[in-house]
Amino acid sequence: MKKFKFRFTRRAFAYPYMIFLLLFVVVPLVLILINAFLDESDKFTFQNFAEFFSDAGGGLTVLGNSLIIGLVTTLICLVIGYPCAYLLAKYHASNRVLVLLFILPMWVNFLIRTLSTKAIFMALDVPLGMGTVLFGMVYNYLPYMILPLHTTLVSIDHSYIEAAEDLGADKLTVLLKTVLPLSLPGIVSGITMTFIPAISTFAISEILSSSKIFLFGDAINMHFSKATNSFGVGSVMSLVMLVLVVVANVFVNLTSKDEEVKSVL
Amino acid sequence: MKKRKLVARICADGYLGLVLALMYLPIFLIIVFSFSGTSRFTFSNGFTFDSYKTLFDPEQNAGLLDALKNTAILAVSASVISTVLGAFSTIGIFALGRRTKKVVLTVNQLPMINSEVVMAVSLMVFFATDFISVIFPQGMTRLIISHVAFCTPYVILSILPRLQRMDPNMYEAALDLGANPFVAMIKVVFPYIMPGIISGFAMAFTLSLDDFIITQFNKGDTGIETLSTYIYEDARVKSLEPFWFAVFSIFFVVMFTLLLLMNIKRTQKEMAK
Repeated sequence: MKKFKFRFTRRAFAYPYMIFLLLFVVVPLVLILINAFLDESDKFTFQNFAEFFSDAGGGLTVLGNSLIIGLVTTLICLVIGYPCAYLLAKYHASNRVLVLLFILPMWVNFLIRTLSTKAIFMALDVPLGMGTVLFGMVYNYLPYMILPLHTTLVSIDHSYIEAAEDLGADKLTVLLKTVLPLSLPGIVSGITMTFIPAISTFAISEILSSSKIFLFGDAINMHFSKATNSFGVGSVMSLVMLVLVVVANVFVNLTSKDEEVKSVL
Repeated sequence: MKKRKLVARICADGYLGLVLALMYLPIFLIIVFSFSGTSRFTFSNGFTFDSYKTLFDPEQNAGLLDALKNTAILAVSASVISTVLGAFSTIGIFALGRRTKKVVLTVNQLPMINSEVVMAVSLMVFFATDFISVIFPQGMTRLIISHVAFCTPYVILSILPRLQRMDPNMYEAALDLGANPFVAMIKVVFPYIMPGIISGFAMAFTLSLDDFIITQFNKGDTGIETLSTYIYEDARVKSLEPFWFAVFSIFFVVMFTLLLLMNIKRTQKEMAK
């Protein structure tokens, strides 16, 4: 009887937070869902979806552009970041300060970094546009790619690599058939950590293209601003973003589960 | 064979050095030219401290000081509240039944995986509804709530693994030895999960300090600016003035020294062990 009572009291510590989550996380998202189906006079409508998916609304063009820029950014980050993480894990695994130097920029406010790069581009007379936006994106998200990659690469059991070498694999084969598959969870988590923020950020593209390049985050920002006040279409865009987030995370979960199975085998 | 290894090593270090150099070049240039007194990246005025002198000009620094004050208030309150809320909730969540626990932890993940813009606009829409806008007035209250909403999940996820590793017998033993559940919690459970609480607090503090998007959407028209939103409003429209060169340089130097010192100290401690 006494035990039942104590368990009840311990559980009770979670109740305030459960209410908090419901109120400030779940309800707001439900409101977005409802808003997507409301017109300006709060009547039910599919107009917002029609506007987003129509050619005139331009929603799909913005989405397409953002996806392309997001993909290119992620790809460049992976191509630059994977060798970094790999070499760090191989030669400098014990050198914490060096690893730290690669992820330190994460802690400097991204607006400060982005505005600094813009000032330099302007001083060098580099025209602001797609090139500068991509540079800023890669510059900003590279640490987010390197960090998860480095964490998985460092934790790979070295005996796997030795086993592969003993069985006659050359260096390239070891890298492609042992290290790369074992670091898959890090790759997937690095990709989501760069891709999702890259398509939905709104300041970087705005600053580094002088508002010429318009991404999904910029579009959501615009629809929810006082001047346009088209919350409906903005809500539809937020829902699209939410779907992308869920899809990305399903991928992350799938690969990490795979990894568990592999390590058991 | 040895020579080939050496060449590989040199190539590796060269590549790492190149990436680091590119990463730090913009920061380095800002610091160097903060002593030029101009924002044109030339030393046409020679070496001067003019940019730093503007820091003491009350006309220039009023907005910045106000923003710094707001940032500090917001980051401290949000991180303290989310650490306390997170610590108690984790213990509660841990004691929940399997199904409820899974649901709570999944919802708890939403603010972490969700895109910041979506979280920001959803809170904005929520606060704008008639009923809610009366209870939570515009301004600091809304900002603190939204920061607590996105920081607490990180606190919980940094405490939970430690709680899972804790031997449940320790708590039971405390009860058997005559402690009531509350005392057992304070004297046994909390000391054990303390490292998780501290790292959760540090994470919440830095997240809140660094946030831009959620603050930008939820600050309302009360004129509250944090460091991020103030930089955005001021420096985005005009080009970067010498004033900002000085401010950014100070930030870079302070942040890097702090973080490096913290880590070097930690490494030394581990080596001593």
